[in-house]
Amino acid sequence: MKDIGEFLIEKGLLITAFLSIIIILLIIIFIFSEGLPFMESYGFLKFIFGSIWDPSSGDYGVLPMIVGSLGITSLALVFAIPLSLLCAIYMAEIAPKTMRKILKPVIETLAGIPSVVYGFFGLIVLVPIMRIHFGGTGFSMFTASIILTVMILPTIISVSEDALRFIPHEYKEASLALGATHWQTIKNVIFPAAIPGIITAIILGMGRAIGETLAVIMVAGNVAQFPTTISDPVRALTSNIAIEMGYATGIHYSALFGTAIVLFIIIIILLVVANYFHYKKKITIGGGYL
Amino acid sequence: MNRIISPKNAQKIMKGVFWASGIVTIIILLIIIGYILIKGLPVINLEFLLENPIDSGKSGGIAPMIVSTLIITFIAVFVATPIGVGAAVFIEEYTKENILVKLIRLGSETLASIPSIVFGLFGLAFFVIYLHMGWSLFSGGIVLAFMALPTILQVSEVSIIAVPRSYAEGSLALGGSKWQTIYRVILPAAVPGITTGVILGMARAMSEAAAILFVVGSALAMPLSIFDPGRPLPLHLYVLATEGISLDNAYGTAAVLVLLILIITVVTNTVVERYSKKMMGR
Repeated sequence: MKDIGEFLIEKGLLITAFLSIIIILLIIIFIFSEGLPFMESYGFLKFIFGSIWDPSSGDYGVLPMIVGSLGITSLALVFAIPLSLLCAIYMAEIAPKTMRKILKPVIETLAGIPSVVYGFFGLIVLVPIMRIHFGGTGFSMFTASIILTVMILPTIISVSEDALRFIPHEYKEASLALGATHWQTIKNVIFPAAIPGIITAIILGMGRAIGETLAVIMVAGNVAQFPTTISDPVRALTSNIAIEMGYATGIHYSALFGTAIVLFIIIIILLVVANYFHYKKKITIGGGYL
Repeated sequence: MNRIISPKNAQKIMKGVFWASGIVTIIILLIIIGYILIKGLPVINLEFLLENPIDSGKSGGIAPMIVSTLIITFIAVFVATPIGVGAAVFIEEYTKENILVKLIRLGSETLASIPSIVFGLFGLAFFVIYLHMGWSLFSGGIVLAFMALPTILQVSEVSIIAVPRSYAEGSLALGGSKWQTIYRVILPAAVPGITTGVILGMARAMSEAAAILFVVGSALAMPLSIFDPGRPLPLHLYVLATEGISLDNAYGTAAVLVLLILIITVVTNTVVERYSKKMMGR
Protein backbone atom coordinates (compact mmCIF):
# COMPACT_ATOMS: atom_id res chain seq x y z
CA MET A 1 0.00 0.00 0.00
CA LYS A 2 2.74 2.36 0.97
CA ASP A 3 4.46 1.78 -2.34
CA ILE A 4 1.33 2.75 -4.24
CA GLY A 5 1.14 5.98 -2.23
CA GLU A 6 4.75 6.82 -3.01
CA PHE A 7 4.14 6.03 -6.67
CA LEU A 8 1.09 8.31 -6.86
CA ILE A 9 2.93 11.13 -5.14
CA GLU A 10 5.81 10.85 -7.60
CA LYS A 11 3.42 10.99 -10.56
CA GLY A 12 1.57 13.92 -9.01
CA LEU A 13 4.82 15.83 -8.62
CA LEU A 14 5.74 14.96 -12.21
CA ILE A 15 2.51 16.61 -13.34
CA THR A 16 3.22 19.81 -11.40
CA ALA A 17 6.68 19.87 -12.97
CA PHE A 18 5.15 19.54 -16.41
CA LEU A 19 2.64 22.32 -15.85
CA SER A 20 5.07 25.15 -16.61
CA ILE A 21 5.76 23.57 -19.99
CA ILE A 22 2.03 23.10 -20.62
CA ILE A 23 1.28 26.71 -19.65
CA ILE A 24 3.96 28.12 -21.92
CA LEU A 25 2.70 25.95 -24.79
CA LEU A 26 -0.88 27.12 -24.18
CA ILE A 27 0.27 30.73 -24.30
CA ILE A 28 2.22 30.18 -27.50
CA ILE A 29 -0.69 28.33 -29.13
CA PHE A 30 -3.28 30.96 -28.25
CA ILE A 31 -1.13 33.95 -29.24
CA PHE A 32 0.19 32.42 -32.47
CA SER A 33 -3.08 30.85 -33.64
CA GLU A 34 -4.69 34.29 -33.52
CA GLY A 35 -1.75 36.35 -34.79
CA LEU A 36 -0.01 34.12 -37.31
CA PRO A 37 -2.88 33.77 -39.83
CA PHE A 38 -3.21 37.54 -39.83
CA MET A 39 0.53 38.01 -40.42
CA GLU A 40 0.37 35.53 -43.29
CA SER A 41 -2.58 37.14 -45.02
CA TYR A 42 -1.32 40.69 -44.46
CA GLY A 43 2.26 39.77 -45.36
CA PHE A 44 5.06 39.23 -42.88
CA LEU A 45 7.36 41.86 -44.36
CA LYS A 46 4.57 44.37 -44.86
CA PHE A 47 3.62 43.90 -41.19
CA ILE A 48 7.11 44.08 -39.70
CA PHE A 49 8.62 46.71 -41.99
CA GLY A 50 5.49 48.73 -42.65
CA SER A 51 5.88 52.26 -41.32
CA ILE A 52 2.23 53.25 -41.02
CA TRP A 53 -0.08 51.98 -38.26
CA ASP A 54 -3.60 53.18 -38.94
CA PRO A 55 -6.26 50.57 -38.18
CA SER A 56 -9.06 52.80 -39.49
CA SER A 57 -7.59 52.65 -43.02
CA GLY A 58 -6.35 49.07 -42.72
CA ASP A 59 -2.62 49.86 -42.34
CA TYR A 60 -0.85 47.63 -39.85
CA GLY A 61 2.86 48.45 -40.09
CA VAL A 62 4.50 47.71 -36.79
CA LEU A 63 7.96 49.16 -37.47
CA PRO A 64 7.41 52.48 -35.65
CA MET A 65 6.58 50.50 -32.50
CA ILE A 66 9.62 48.26 -32.89
CA VAL A 67 11.75 51.40 -33.22
CA GLY A 68 9.93 52.91 -30.24
CA SER A 69 10.49 49.89 -28.01
CA LEU A 70 14.13 49.51 -28.97
CA GLY A 71 14.73 53.28 -28.71
CA ILE A 72 13.30 53.58 -25.20
CA THR A 73 15.12 50.44 -24.11
CA SER A 74 18.54 51.41 -25.46
CA LEU A 75 18.29 54.87 -23.97
CA ALA A 76 17.32 53.34 -20.60
CA LEU A 77 20.30 51.00 -20.81
CA VAL A 78 22.65 53.91 -21.54
CA PHE A 79 21.54 55.52 -18.28
CA ALA A 80 21.15 52.38 -16.20
CA ILE A 81 24.31 50.43 -17.05
CA PRO A 82 26.90 52.86 -15.58
CA LEU A 83 24.94 53.55 -12.40
CA SER A 84 23.94 49.95 -11.75
CA LEU A 85 27.39 48.49 -12.43
CA LEU A 86 29.03 51.06 -10.15
CA CYS A 87 26.46 50.26 -7.49
CA ALA A 88 26.94 46.50 -7.92
CA ILE A 89 30.72 46.83 -7.55
CA TYR A 90 30.17 49.10 -4.57
CA MET A 91 27.98 46.48 -2.90
CA ALA A 92 30.23 43.54 -3.73
CA GLU A 93 33.59 45.14 -3.02
CA ILE A 94 33.59 48.44 -1.22
CA ALA A 95 30.52 49.04 0.91
CA PRO A 96 30.89 48.48 4.66
CA LYS A 97 28.48 46.02 6.21
CA THR A 98 26.04 48.68 7.41
CA MET A 99 25.72 50.23 3.94
CA ARG A 100 25.17 46.78 2.45
CA LYS A 101 22.45 46.15 5.00
CA ILE A 102 20.75 49.38 3.91
CA LEU A 103 21.21 48.87 0.17
CA LYS A 104 19.86 45.32 -0.01
CA PRO A 105 16.30 46.20 1.08
CA VAL A 106 16.52 49.45 -0.91
CA ILE A 107 17.11 47.46 -4.09
CA GLU A 108 14.43 44.92 -3.16
CA THR A 109 11.95 47.74 -2.65
CA LEU A 110 12.93 49.36 -5.96
CA ALA A 111 12.23 45.99 -7.59
CA GLY A 112 8.94 45.60 -5.74
CA ILE A 113 7.33 48.98 -6.42
CA PRO A 114 4.47 48.33 -8.88
CA SER A 115 5.17 49.53 -12.40
CA VAL A 116 1.96 51.57 -12.32
CA VAL A 117 3.35 53.54 -9.36
CA TYR A 118 6.51 54.28 -11.37
CA GLY A 119 4.34 55.37 -14.27
CA PHE A 120 2.24 57.56 -11.99
CA PHE A 121 5.36 59.17 -10.52
CA GLY A 122 6.63 59.81 -14.05
CA LEU A 123 3.33 61.30 -15.11
CA ILE A 124 3.01 63.62 -12.11
CA VAL A 125 6.64 64.61 -11.51
CA LEU A 126 8.80 63.86 -14.53
CA VAL A 127 6.50 64.89 -17.40
CA PRO A 128 6.00 68.47 -16.09
CA ILE A 129 9.77 68.83 -15.49
CA MET A 130 10.46 67.68 -19.06
CA ARG A 131 7.81 70.04 -20.42
CA ILE A 132 9.48 73.01 -18.73
CA HIS A 133 13.08 72.14 -19.63
CA PHE A 134 12.78 70.56 -23.06
CA GLY A 135 9.54 72.00 -24.39
CA GLY A 136 6.83 70.00 -26.14
CA THR A 137 4.30 68.02 -24.17
CA GLY A 138 6.80 66.37 -21.87
CA PHE A 139 5.58 62.95 -22.96
CA SER A 140 8.55 61.51 -24.80
CA MET A 141 10.97 58.70 -25.46
CA PHE A 142 13.40 60.43 -23.10
CA THR A 143 10.89 60.60 -20.22
CA ALA A 144 9.94 56.94 -20.69
CA SER A 145 13.59 55.90 -20.72
CA ILE A 146 14.25 57.64 -17.40
CA ILE A 147 11.37 55.79 -15.72
CA LEU A 148 12.59 52.51 -17.24
CA THR A 149 16.13 53.28 -16.02
CA VAL A 150 14.89 53.29 -12.45
CA MET A 151 12.83 50.13 -13.06
CA ILE A 152 15.71 48.08 -14.45
CA LEU A 153 18.31 49.29 -11.92
CA PRO A 154 17.45 46.61 -9.33
CA THR A 155 17.57 43.80 -11.92
CA ILE A 156 21.00 44.76 -13.26
CA ILE A 157 22.40 45.56 -9.79
CA SER A 158 21.33 42.32 -8.09
CA VAL A 159 22.34 39.96 -10.90
CA SER A 160 25.72 41.62 -11.52
CA GLU A 161 26.41 41.81 -7.79
CA ASP A 162 25.90 38.02 -7.67
CA ALA A 163 28.27 37.64 -10.62
CA LEU A 164 30.92 39.78 -8.91
CA ARG A 165 30.63 37.81 -5.67
CA PHE A 166 30.98 34.59 -7.64
CA ILE A 167 34.60 35.42 -8.60
CA PRO A 168 37.04 33.19 -6.68
CA HIS A 169 38.79 34.96 -3.83
CA GLU A 170 42.22 33.89 -5.06
CA TYR A 171 41.94 36.18 -8.09
CA LYS A 172 41.55 39.20 -5.89
CA GLU A 173 44.17 38.15 -3.37
CA ALA A 174 46.76 37.45 -6.09
CA SER A 175 46.22 40.87 -7.61
CA LEU A 176 46.44 42.66 -4.26
CA ALA A 177 49.53 40.65 -3.30
CA LEU A 178 51.22 41.87 -6.50
CA GLY A 179 50.82 45.39 -5.18
CA ALA A 180 47.81 46.51 -7.24
CA THR A 181 45.45 48.98 -5.59
CA HIS A 182 41.88 47.89 -4.89
CA TRP A 183 40.63 49.91 -7.87
CA GLN A 184 43.24 48.36 -10.17
CA THR A 185 42.16 44.94 -8.92
CA ILE A 186 38.52 45.71 -9.60
CA LYS A 187 39.25 47.19 -13.03
CA ASN A 188 41.73 44.59 -14.25
CA VAL A 189 40.76 41.39 -12.45
CA ILE A 190 37.35 41.23 -10.78
CA PHE A 191 35.28 43.09 -13.36
CA PRO A 192 36.69 41.27 -16.42
CA ALA A 193 36.17 37.92 -14.71
CA ALA A 194 32.52 38.78 -14.00
CA ILE A 195 31.70 39.98 -17.52
CA PRO A 196 29.58 36.96 -18.62
CA GLY A 197 27.36 37.41 -15.56
CA ILE A 198 27.22 41.15 -16.08
CA ILE A 199 26.12 40.70 -19.70
CA THR A 200 23.37 38.37 -18.49
CA ALA A 201 22.34 41.03 -15.97
CA ILE A 202 22.13 43.65 -18.69
CA ILE A 203 20.09 41.37 -20.96
CA LEU A 204 17.68 40.65 -18.11
CA GLY A 205 17.29 44.39 -17.56
CA MET A 206 16.70 44.81 -21.26
CA GLY A 207 13.99 42.13 -21.18
CA ARG A 208 12.26 43.91 -18.36
CA ALA A 209 12.44 47.23 -20.21
CA ILE A 210 11.03 45.84 -23.46
CA GLY A 211 8.23 44.04 -21.63
CA GLU A 212 7.13 47.00 -19.53
CA THR A 213 3.71 48.27 -20.52
CA LEU A 214 1.68 50.62 -18.35
CA ALA A 215 4.54 52.71 -16.94
CA VAL A 216 5.62 53.40 -20.52
CA ILE A 217 2.09 54.22 -21.70
CA MET A 218 1.75 56.79 -18.92
CA VAL A 219 4.80 58.85 -19.98
CA ALA A 220 5.76 58.07 -23.59
CA GLY A 221 3.03 59.95 -25.46
CA ASN A 222 2.11 56.88 -27.55
CA VAL A 223 2.13 58.41 -31.04
CA ALA A 224 2.55 55.60 -33.59
CA GLN A 225 5.22 57.38 -35.65
CA PHE A 226 8.97 57.29 -36.00
CA PRO A 227 10.64 59.58 -33.48
CA THR A 228 13.13 62.07 -34.95
CA THR A 229 14.61 63.25 -31.65
CA ILE A 230 14.60 61.73 -28.18
CA SER A 231 12.09 64.34 -27.01
CA ASP A 232 9.50 63.08 -29.51
CA PRO A 233 6.60 60.96 -28.25
CA VAL A 234 6.84 57.26 -29.14
CA ARG A 235 4.71 54.15 -28.84
CA ALA A 236 6.17 50.85 -27.63
CA LEU A 237 5.04 47.42 -28.86
CA THR A 238 3.54 46.67 -25.47
CA SER A 239 1.69 49.98 -25.39
CA ASN A 240 0.27 49.32 -28.84
CA ILE A 241 -1.47 46.21 -27.50
CA ALA A 242 -2.65 47.75 -24.24
CA ILE A 243 -4.03 50.93 -25.80
CA GLU A 244 -6.01 49.38 -28.65
CA MET A 245 -7.09 45.99 -27.31
CA GLY A 246 -10.03 47.51 -25.47
CA TYR A 247 -11.93 48.33 -28.64
CA ALA A 248 -10.24 46.25 -31.36
CA THR A 249 -12.33 43.83 -33.44
CA GLY A 250 -11.77 41.63 -36.48
CA ILE A 251 -8.47 42.13 -38.34
CA HIS A 252 -7.44 44.86 -35.91
CA TYR A 253 -7.82 42.39 -33.03
CA SER A 254 -5.65 39.84 -34.84
CA ALA A 255 -3.08 42.51 -35.70
CA LEU A 256 -2.59 43.15 -31.98
CA PHE A 257 -1.88 39.45 -31.47
CA GLY A 258 0.61 39.84 -34.32
CA THR A 259 2.23 42.64 -32.31
CA ALA A 260 2.45 40.24 -29.38
CA ILE A 261 4.22 37.69 -31.60
CA VAL A 262 6.85 40.30 -32.54
CA LEU A 263 7.31 41.06 -28.84
CA PHE A 264 7.52 37.37 -28.06
CA ILE A 265 10.21 36.79 -30.69
CA ILE A 266 12.32 39.70 -29.37
CA ILE A 267 12.11 38.22 -25.86
CA ILE A 268 13.06 34.74 -27.13
CA ILE A 269 16.11 36.21 -28.89
CA LEU A 270 17.15 37.88 -25.63
CA LEU A 271 16.61 34.61 -23.76
CA VAL A 272 18.81 32.71 -26.22
CA VAL A 273 21.56 35.33 -25.96
CA ALA A 274 21.35 35.28 -22.16
CA ASN A 275 21.67 31.49 -22.15
CA TYR A 276 24.58 31.72 -24.54
CA PHE A 277 26.54 33.60 -21.91
CA HIS A 278 25.70 30.71 -19.70
CA TYR A 279 25.65 32.37 -16.40
CA LYS A 280 23.46 29.65 -15.00
CA LYS A 281 23.49 30.64 -11.38
CA LYS A 282 20.17 32.09 -10.20
CA ILE A 283 18.79 33.43 -13.44
CA THR A 284 15.54 35.28 -13.02
CA ILE A 285 14.51 36.84 -16.24
CA GLY A 286 12.01 39.62 -16.59
CA GLY A 287 10.62 39.75 -13.07
CA GLY A 288 13.74 41.03 -11.42
CA TYR A 289 12.72 39.81 -8.01
CA LEU A 290 15.72 37.74 -7.14
CA MET B 1 49.74 54.19 -18.53
CA ASN B 2 48.12 57.11 -16.88
CA ARG B 3 50.66 59.62 -15.70
CA ILE B 4 48.33 62.44 -14.77
CA ILE B 5 46.55 60.45 -12.08
CA SER B 6 48.67 58.21 -9.91
CA PRO B 7 47.24 54.80 -8.96
CA LYS B 8 46.80 56.04 -5.41
CA ASN B 9 44.76 59.03 -6.48
CA ALA B 10 42.76 56.92 -8.94
CA GLN B 11 41.93 54.62 -6.05
CA LYS B 12 40.71 57.57 -3.98
CA ILE B 13 38.65 59.06 -6.81
CA MET B 14 37.03 55.76 -7.75
CA LYS B 15 36.20 54.99 -4.15
CA GLY B 16 34.34 58.29 -4.08
CA VAL B 17 32.53 57.43 -7.34
CA PHE B 18 31.46 54.04 -5.97
CA TRP B 19 30.17 55.55 -2.75
CA ALA B 20 28.28 58.15 -4.77
CA SER B 21 26.59 55.45 -6.89
CA GLY B 22 25.37 53.64 -3.79
CA ILE B 23 24.05 56.84 -2.28
CA VAL B 24 22.38 57.92 -5.54
CA THR B 25 20.51 54.60 -5.64
CA ILE B 26 19.23 55.16 -2.11
CA ILE B 27 18.25 58.74 -2.94
CA ILE B 28 16.28 57.62 -6.03
CA LEU B 29 14.20 55.29 -3.87
CA LEU B 30 13.72 57.92 -1.17
CA ILE B 31 12.53 60.53 -3.70
CA ILE B 32 9.96 58.22 -5.28
CA ILE B 33 8.65 56.69 -2.06
CA GLY B 34 8.85 59.98 -0.20
CA TYR B 35 6.92 61.84 -2.87
CA ILE B 36 4.17 59.23 -3.10
CA LEU B 37 3.83 58.92 0.68
CA ILE B 38 3.91 62.68 1.40
CA LYS B 39 1.18 63.29 -1.18
CA GLY B 40 -0.74 60.09 -0.50
CA LEU B 41 -0.71 59.51 3.26
CA PRO B 42 -2.93 62.54 4.05
CA VAL B 43 -5.58 61.05 1.73
CA ILE B 44 -5.61 57.72 3.55
CA ASN B 45 -8.04 57.42 6.42
CA LEU B 46 -10.59 54.90 7.56
CA GLU B 47 -13.30 56.10 5.19
CA PHE B 48 -10.89 55.95 2.25
CA LEU B 49 -10.06 52.34 3.07
CA LEU B 50 -13.57 51.19 3.96
CA GLU B 51 -15.91 53.01 1.57
CA ASN B 52 -16.98 52.35 -1.99
CA PRO B 53 -15.81 54.77 -4.68
CA ILE B 54 -18.30 57.47 -5.59
CA ASP B 55 -18.69 58.89 -9.11
CA SER B 56 -16.22 56.43 -10.74
CA GLY B 57 -13.54 57.18 -8.16
CA LYS B 58 -13.74 61.00 -8.05
CA SER B 59 -14.44 60.73 -4.37
CA GLY B 60 -15.18 58.02 -1.85
CA GLY B 61 -12.87 55.15 -1.02
CA ILE B 62 -11.15 52.12 -2.44
CA ALA B 63 -12.69 49.27 -0.43
CA PRO B 64 -13.73 47.16 -3.49
CA MET B 65 -10.23 47.58 -4.95
CA ILE B 66 -8.61 46.34 -1.76
CA VAL B 67 -10.98 43.35 -1.71
CA SER B 68 -10.30 42.66 -5.41
CA THR B 69 -6.54 42.80 -4.82
CA LEU B 70 -6.81 40.42 -1.87
CA ILE B 71 -8.96 37.97 -3.84
CA ILE B 72 -6.76 37.79 -6.97
CA THR B 73 -3.56 37.66 -4.91
CA PHE B 74 -4.98 34.84 -2.82
CA ILE B 75 -6.08 32.87 -5.90
CA ALA B 76 -2.68 33.42 -7.54
CA VAL B 77 -0.74 32.21 -4.49
CA PHE B 78 -3.18 29.38 -3.76
CA VAL B 79 -2.79 28.01 -7.31
CA ALA B 80 0.89 28.75 -7.93
CA THR B 81 2.37 27.58 -4.61
CA PRO B 82 1.55 23.85 -4.79
CA ILE B 83 2.54 23.73 -8.48
CA GLY B 84 5.78 25.64 -7.96
CA VAL B 85 6.84 23.75 -4.82
CA GLY B 86 5.76 20.40 -6.31
CA ALA B 87 7.78 21.03 -9.45
CA ALA B 88 10.81 22.08 -7.39
CA VAL B 89 10.58 18.91 -5.26
CA PHE B 90 10.30 16.79 -8.39
CA ILE B 91 13.30 18.41 -10.07
CA GLU B 92 15.51 18.24 -6.99
CA GLU B 93 14.49 14.94 -5.40
CA TYR B 94 12.95 12.64 -8.00
CA THR B 95 15.04 13.09 -11.09
CA LYS B 96 18.55 13.75 -12.26
CA GLU B 97 19.67 16.54 -14.55
CA ASN B 98 18.23 15.26 -17.84
CA ILE B 99 16.40 16.48 -20.91
CA LEU B 100 13.10 16.63 -19.01
CA VAL B 101 14.54 18.89 -16.32
CA LYS B 102 16.13 21.06 -18.99
CA LEU B 103 12.73 21.39 -20.69
CA ILE B 104 11.02 22.27 -17.41
CA ARG B 105 13.69 24.91 -16.69
CA LEU B 106 13.34 26.30 -20.20
CA GLY B 107 9.57 26.49 -19.74
CA SER B 108 9.86 28.26 -16.43
CA GLU B 109 12.53 30.68 -17.72
CA THR B 110 10.42 31.53 -20.75
CA LEU B 111 7.37 31.96 -18.54
CA ALA B 112 9.35 34.37 -16.36
CA SER B 113 10.41 36.49 -19.29
CA ILE B 114 7.12 36.84 -21.14
CA PRO B 115 5.92 40.46 -20.94
CA SER B 116 2.91 40.91 -18.71
CA ILE B 117 0.82 42.35 -21.52
CA VAL B 118 1.24 39.08 -23.46
CA PHE B 119 -0.11 37.26 -20.39
CA GLY B 120 -2.99 39.70 -20.58
CA LEU B 121 -3.71 38.86 -24.21
CA PHE B 122 -3.51 35.16 -23.43
CA GLY B 123 -5.89 35.58 -20.50
CA LEU B 124 -8.35 37.37 -22.74
CA ALA B 125 -8.12 34.81 -25.55
CA PHE B 126 -8.12 31.73 -23.32
CA PHE B 127 -10.17 32.39 -20.18
CA VAL B 128 -12.50 35.19 -21.21
CA ILE B 129 -13.25 34.13 -24.79
CA TYR B 130 -12.30 30.46 -25.31
CA LEU B 131 -13.50 29.13 -21.93
CA HIS B 132 -16.42 31.60 -21.83
CA MET B 133 -15.54 32.59 -18.28
CA GLY B 134 -16.12 36.28 -18.90
CA TRP B 135 -14.36 39.00 -17.00
CA SER B 136 -13.74 37.77 -13.51
CA LEU B 137 -11.35 37.95 -10.59
CA PHE B 138 -10.97 34.19 -10.91
CA SER B 139 -9.57 34.41 -14.47
CA GLY B 140 -7.31 37.27 -13.36
CA GLY B 141 -6.07 35.25 -10.39
CA ILE B 142 -5.16 32.28 -12.60
CA VAL B 143 -3.28 34.52 -15.06
CA LEU B 144 -1.35 36.00 -12.12
CA ALA B 145 -0.68 32.47 -10.81
CA PHE B 146 1.00 31.67 -14.15
CA MET B 147 3.11 34.81 -13.75
CA ALA B 148 4.07 34.05 -10.15
CA LEU B 149 4.82 30.37 -10.85
CA PRO B 150 8.42 30.71 -12.12
CA THR B 151 9.40 32.91 -9.16
CA ILE B 152 8.01 30.40 -6.65
CA LEU B 153 9.54 27.45 -8.54
CA GLN B 154 13.01 28.94 -8.78
CA VAL B 155 13.18 30.17 -5.19
CA SER B 156 11.82 26.84 -3.87
CA GLU B 157 14.44 24.98 -5.88
CA VAL B 158 17.24 27.09 -4.41
CA SER B 159 15.97 26.59 -0.86
CA ILE B 160 15.55 22.82 -1.28
CA ILE B 161 19.13 22.58 -2.58
CA ALA B 162 20.28 24.55 0.46
CA VAL B 163 18.96 21.92 2.91
CA PRO B 164 21.99 19.93 4.14
CA ARG B 165 22.13 16.45 2.61
CA SER B 166 22.77 14.96 6.06
CA TYR B 167 19.17 15.80 7.05
CA ALA B 168 17.76 13.56 4.32
CA GLU B 169 20.34 10.86 4.95
CA GLY B 170 19.46 10.81 8.64
CA SER B 171 15.78 10.35 7.87
CA LEU B 172 16.39 7.67 5.23
CA ALA B 173 18.75 5.81 7.56
CA LEU B 174 16.02 5.73 10.20
CA GLY B 175 13.79 3.92 7.69
CA GLY B 176 11.77 6.89 6.46
CA SER B 177 10.39 6.49 2.95
CA LYS B 178 11.30 9.00 0.26
CA TRP B 179 8.09 10.98 0.56
CA GLN B 180 8.22 10.87 4.38
CA THR B 181 11.72 12.29 4.21
CA ILE B 182 10.65 15.05 1.86
CA TYR B 183 7.46 15.89 3.74
CA ARG B 184 8.75 15.65 7.32
CA VAL B 185 12.40 16.68 6.93
CA ILE B 186 13.36 18.48 3.73
CA LEU B 187 10.27 20.67 3.23
CA PRO B 188 10.13 21.93 6.85
CA ALA B 189 13.80 22.91 6.62
CA ALA B 190 13.15 24.64 3.30
CA VAL B 191 10.02 26.46 4.49
CA PRO B 192 11.67 29.85 5.15
CA GLY B 193 13.12 29.93 1.65
CA ILE B 194 9.88 28.74 0.09
CA THR B 195 7.99 31.38 2.08
CA THR B 196 10.27 34.04 0.64
CA GLY B 197 9.49 32.73 -2.84
CA VAL B 198 5.76 32.75 -2.16
CA ILE B 199 5.93 36.30 -0.80
CA LEU B 200 7.89 37.45 -3.85
CA GLY B 201 5.30 35.81 -6.10
CA MET B 202 2.57 37.45 -4.02
CA ALA B 203 4.21 40.86 -4.40
CA ARG B 204 4.43 40.34 -8.13
CA ALA B 205 0.75 39.36 -8.36
CA MET B 206 -0.32 42.22 -6.11
CA SER B 207 1.41 44.90 -8.15
CA GLU B 208 0.51 43.69 -11.62
CA ALA B 209 -1.94 45.60 -13.78
CA ALA B 210 -1.09 45.01 -17.45
CA ALA B 211 -1.65 41.23 -17.26
CA ILE B 212 -5.17 41.61 -15.93
CA LEU B 213 -6.16 44.69 -17.93
CA PHE B 214 -8.42 42.69 -20.27
CA VAL B 215 -9.24 39.87 -17.86
CA VAL B 216 -10.74 41.23 -14.64
CA GLY B 217 -13.24 43.62 -16.20
CA SER B 218 -12.36 46.73 -14.21
CA ALA B 219 -15.75 46.92 -12.45
CA LEU B 220 -16.07 49.50 -9.68
CA ALA B 221 -18.61 47.61 -7.57
CA MET B 222 -17.70 45.47 -4.58
CA PRO B 223 -17.08 41.91 -5.86
CA LEU B 224 -19.49 39.47 -4.21
CA SER B 225 -17.85 36.28 -5.44
CA ILE B 226 -14.58 35.30 -7.10
CA PHE B 227 -16.45 35.00 -10.40
CA ASP B 228 -17.43 38.67 -10.35
CA PRO B 229 -15.43 41.26 -12.25
CA GLY B 230 -13.35 43.59 -10.12
CA ARG B 231 -10.67 46.23 -10.21
CA PRO B 232 -7.50 45.60 -8.21
CA LEU B 233 -5.51 48.54 -6.80
CA PRO B 234 -2.84 48.90 -9.54
CA LEU B 235 -5.53 48.93 -12.22
CA HIS B 236 -7.53 51.50 -10.24
CA LEU B 237 -4.45 53.72 -9.97
CA TYR B 238 -3.86 53.38 -13.72
CA VAL B 239 -7.43 54.37 -14.54
CA LEU B 240 -7.52 57.25 -12.04
CA ALA B 241 -4.21 58.66 -13.30
CA THR B 242 -4.62 58.24 -17.05
CA GLU B 243 -8.24 59.32 -17.24
CA GLY B 244 -7.59 62.24 -14.91
CA ILE B 245 -10.43 61.28 -12.59
CA SER B 246 -9.02 62.29 -9.23
CA LEU B 247 -5.42 63.13 -8.45
CA ASP B 248 -5.97 62.95 -4.69
CA ASN B 249 -7.44 59.45 -4.82
CA ALA B 250 -4.66 58.39 -7.20
CA TYR B 251 -2.08 59.56 -4.63
CA GLY B 252 -3.95 57.68 -1.91
CA THR B 253 -4.12 54.46 -3.97
CA ALA B 254 -0.43 54.73 -4.89
CA ALA B 255 0.48 55.24 -1.23
CA VAL B 256 -1.51 52.15 -0.20
CA LEU B 257 0.38 50.10 -2.83
CA VAL B 258 3.76 51.47 -1.72
CA LEU B 259 2.94 50.72 1.93
CA LEU B 260 1.98 47.13 1.03
CA ILE B 261 5.30 46.63 -0.79
CA LEU B 262 7.25 48.19 2.12
CA ILE B 263 5.52 45.87 4.60
CA ILE B 264 6.29 42.85 2.40
CA THR B 265 9.97 43.81 2.11
CA VAL B 266 10.31 44.32 5.85
CA VAL B 267 8.59 41.00 6.60
CA THR B 268 10.82 39.00 4.24
CA ASN B 269 13.94 40.71 5.54
CA THR B 270 13.32 40.31 9.25
CA VAL B 271 10.81 37.62 10.14
CA VAL B 272 11.63 35.08 7.46
CA GLU B 273 15.39 35.48 7.84
CA ARG B 274 15.27 35.06 11.58
CA TYR B 275 13.17 31.91 11.22
CA SER B 276 15.47 30.66 8.49
CA LYS B 277 18.53 30.91 10.77
CA LYS B 278 16.68 28.90 13.40
CA MET B 279 15.55 26.15 11.03
CA MET B 280 18.88 25.71 9.29
CA GLY B 281 20.65 25.54 12.64
CA ARG B 282 22.96 28.44 11.83
